Amino acid sequence: MPSPDTLRSRLLASFPDAHVEVTDLTGTADHFQALVVSPAFAGKTRVEQHKMVYEALGELMNGPIHALALTTRIP
Amino acid sequence: MTDETKTKIDDLIKSHRVMLFMKGTRQFPACGFSNAVVQILKKEGASFETFNILADPEMRQAVKEFSNWPTYPQLYVDGKFVGGCDIVTEMHESGELKQLLGA
Repeated sequence: MPSPDTLRSRLLASFPDAHVEVTDLTGTADHFQALVVSPAFAGKTRVEQHKMVYEALGELMNGPIHALALTTRIP
Repeated sequence: MTDETKTKIDDLIKSHRVMLFMKGTRQFPACGFSNAVVQILKKEGASFETFNILADPEMRQAVKEFSNWPTYPQLYVDGKFVGGCDIVTEMHESGELKQLLGA
């Protein structure tokens, strides 16, 4: 089971200059909420921004993470 | 994904202007995120079609690949992928969704 820290470090590895907040919504390490604020999202659609985050999380999205409430922002 | 499955997805998103791939049905959503999008579409007064991916394991995998999107629900409008629950919620709150549905 991934911890919020696992998600945070994955996201910071892909978005080094980002502000990242990850919360475990249920205390069960599978339903998370994430806020990612990164200049890398500039000029991208919301769908593209969310896809970038899903890519950064990689295989965690295919099973370990059951739900991710995601907000992306440009600083 | 087989050609047949791809054609099935293509047909669904082309023959229904507002097409929601979700967990459960509009009467009985099986997930809070799917339910949230159903409620938003109802609030917008949109007529929409739903597909319950929990009832079809092949489609459950195929629609993810088709959209290159790892989670459900997934909303399509005019044959184009709009997003999941978070994006649909943001667009509802900003008025963008009303514009898209009314266009």
